[in-house]
This record gives sequence, structure tokens and C-alpha cells, in this order.
Amino acid sequence: MRDTKEKIGMGNVTSVEREVVIKIKDIRKSFGENHVLNGFNMTLHKGENLVVMGKSGSGKSVMIKCLVGLMTPDSGYVEVLGKEISTLDQQHLDELRSDIGFLFQGSALYDSMTVRENLEFPMRRHKDKLGVIDDTKPLVLEALENVGLAHTMDLMPAELSGGMKRRVALARTLILKPKVILYDEPTSGLDPITSKEIIELMRSIQKKYGTSSLIITHDVDCARVISERMILLVDGINYAEGTYAELSASTDPKVEAFFKK
Amino acid sequence: MTLATEIVGKTKDFFIQIGDLSYFAGRFFKEVVKRPFELKELLRQCYHMGVRSLFLVGLTGFIIGLVLTLQSRPTLIEFGAVSWMPNMVGISIVREIGPVITALICAGRIASGIGAELGSMRVTEQIDAMEVSGTNPFKYLVVTRILATTLMLPLLVVFGDLIALYGSALVENLKGNVSFQLYFNTVFDALSYGDLIPATVKSFFFGFVIGLVGCYKGYYSKKGTSGVGLAANTAVVMASLLLFVVDFIAVFVSDIFYEL
Repeated sequence: MRDTKEKIGMGNVTSVEREVVIKIKDIRKSFGENHVLNGFNMTLHKGENLVVMGKSGSGKSVMIKCLVGLMTPDSGYVEVLGKEISTLDQQHLDELRSDIGFLFQGSALYDSMTVRENLEFPMRRHKDKLGVIDDTKPLVLEALENVGLAHTMDLMPAELSGGMKRRVALARTLILKPKVILYDEPTSGLDPITSKEIIELMRSIQKKYGTSSLIITHDVDCARVISERMILLVDGINYAEGTYAELSASTDPKVEAFFKK
Repeated sequence: MTLATEIVGKTKDFFIQIGDLSYFAGRFFKEVVKRPFELKELLRQCYHMGVRSLFLVGLTGFIIGLVLTLQSRPTLIEFGAVSWMPNMVGISIVREIGPVITALICAGRIASGIGAELGSMRVTEQIDAMEVSGTNPFKYLVVTRILATTLMLPLLVVFGDLIALYGSALVENLKGNVSFQLYFNTVFDALSYGDLIPATVKSFFFGFVIGLVGCYKGYYSKKGTSGVGLAANTAVVMASLLLFVVDFIAVFVSDIFYEL
């Protein structure tokens, strides 16, 4: 395993040595003539909340999908929890995925299953990680209580509101107790109040479980509240990097465009 | 674009799709023997595709039996051959009409359902979510559905055949005073294994084609809601066309066996 510790320094934050959980080096991805990622670099440290912001279609979702092996970059290096994704066979990739939570943009709850079955689904293939479980109900209940929706266990996804769906999806993400959580536009399509609730939930989960979070968003309010560090993805590269305060004070026109109200 | 280039383009697309479909079928055969076997999901799909199609298949079969007998009666009476009605209806339903009509009904109901369901799962990232959770979506969604249609279609065909024969017997009973017992005895006397075996074997292939095309169209559905509609629509068209191709091959092959 390669050295996964490095010194970081962010603005006026003192340099500290933190474990690296995700490392992306120079990844490139094209769809025909459309070059989406043109040498993107990124490092996520243990316990950190990193926000990657970019316009719609800038390749944020493509980048995050490369991290879990849903897409393969044309070139570059992707390492998650010390393992290089491209070298893993299916079995090892699935094992690694149990340590990565993924909150999809549209929640991606399974329509034909109840909330409980949705939460039980990821447990089917990761019984070794969770130990012998005769009754999955307590685990499901715990995950739902974390998101304040214990009463929805027997409901179908169609019976839930958009915000509730997002919370249930978050509970499903938590059920395997992941070390890293990837959020793909966690507040998109939600009203401002529900967005705030989801952001608060993300913060409380991070505090409770000490997870590292990579948040893909174009919601400036979300980035302001949750980010420790931010990367602006422009033209397929990490155009600017820093804390929210540093970037929002930037006079670069491309950076300013993100923060203009 | 000239007509010639359009034809060339369409022909090329057709062969690319056939190639993709063959690859998809190959992947099915590779995955079907691998563990874990998703038995619970397979049973759920068998119920969904088999039991829930009974009414539609039964009603269609009943009407086909009625209509076939009513329309054939005057001609057979004219030739003094009305006593051959059970033989004619029995053989035509068991050998050809039953399997093909049942398969077409199922192509409309099941292939479009699978296409739309998997298409919407693809569009809403449910298939990606399944993959991220460590479950092989091809095995869980595709293998179970293709197996379910392959296993259920022959049973539906047998059910549809029996109901169609009952419809025919009802007409003969009402119009020709033929008892149900005599009618069915004559039908079963007229049928041989040479009629039953090819029909049953081709029903398995029909089921396989319906499941395969529905899954293929849905699984690779393009993004967007229009993609879901297109997946459902093209699944029915492609499955129906392939059913006739498979039927032709089945009849051709069974004919060779007859001659032997």
C-alpha cells in the first residue's frame, strides 16, 4: 500500500498531517468529442468535508462515478482508501464499495421495495462486514432514526416527499457504516428549508460517525455551510482551490461567477 | 441525406443492434450459472409474469377458440367435414396459434413492462445504486427476468391452449351438439408427440426472446423519460419481430425432423 499520509495547508490553517482517503491524479474522461475531465486532481483527507463545485455538465458527476468504479477514466490515477480502483477485480471492488457511501442526485430508491427493503438491500452482499445478523430490523431502525424517519419503515418510496426520499437514501448510505460518503448534488431539486435540513443532517452524521465527505454541488449555500475546503471544477480541471472564505473573496472572473447572487 | 446512405445507415444500425443483443445473450449465459442465485427475485418475477398474465392469456385464448370455430364451421359444413373440427382446431391451436398468440400477448405485456421498468431504473440511477451496494444488477435484474419469462411462457401457452380448446368445444357443444368429453377425446386422439414437443420447445425460445429483448432495451435505455418510453416501445416491436423469426426457424427445423 502506498503512503497515504500527507501534509496539508489551507489558507491560514496550520499544516497538519492527515490520512488521505481519496486521491485523484490527472484523470481525463471524454465522451466522443466532448472532453469532460482534462486532468483533474484532488485529495480528500480523513474526516474532511470537501466540496467540489462546478457548473452543470462540468464533469462533477462523472468524476464521482469514477471513484466507485461506475465509470472508468480514459487515463489518470484514482485511489480510494489506499486501493487503486483500476487494479481491483469485481470482488475486491465490491468489498471496497461497502466502505463508500454514495448518495445519488435523485435519491435512487428502489421503487418496487419498501423503505425497509431499500435499507436491507445493501446488507445482502456485506454480511461479513456486519457480522451474523438474524434480525435486520434494529439496524434499519437505527439508520432511519438517524435521519428522523423511523415511522416510514413500511412505506413505499412513492409515498414519500422529495426531502424524505433524500433522507431515506442517506439512511441507506449509512447502513453499512461507510468510511467515506460521496454526495452527488445532495440538495438539488429540494426547497430551501428542506435543503437546510439535509445539510444539517449531513453535518450531524459526519460528527457522529467521523466520516470523510466529498460533496458535489452547485449550491453555494450548501458549500458555505458544510465545506472545510473547496475545489472549483472548470473546463475539466481544478481551476481554484481553498476555503469558502478564500474563494468567495477571489477577484478571478471565473471564480466570482460561482458566488454572484 | 440520400435514400441510399439512409438505407446503409439503418442496415448498419440493425446489425450493430443484433451484435449487441448477441453479446447481451452471451452475458446472460455466463452469469446464469454463477453464484449467487437470486431465487427469491426469480420466484417474484415468475409470479409477476406468469400468474398476472393468466387472465389476459386466458381471455385471448378463449376468444381465439370461439372465433376459429365459428369461422371454420360454415366451410367445413359445406364440404361435409364438420366432424373434423376438433382435429383441425386442436392441431392448429397446439402447433401454431396458441404459442404464437400467447407469445405476442406476452411480448406486449411483459417485454414492454420489463423495458419500461429497467429503463426507468437506469434513468433514475437505481441500477447504479444497486451496483454501488455490491449487488450485480445484471444478475439481479436481467438474469432473473429472462429466466422467469423462459420458464413461464410454456406454462402460459399450455394454459392458453386449454382455454382456447374449451372455447372451441363450447361452440361445438352449442351449435353441433357435440359433448365436451367427445370433443376433447377427439382432440387428444388427433394430437401426437410430434405436435406437442416442437410447440413446447419453441415456447421456451419465445419466452427467452421476450425476456432478452425487454431486458436489453431497458438496461441500455438512454437517459431521460423519453428514453423509457422508447425502450418500452422498441422492446415490443423487436420482440414481436424476433418471435416470428424464431417461429420460422422452429417450424423449419421441426419439419426436417418430420421428414426423417
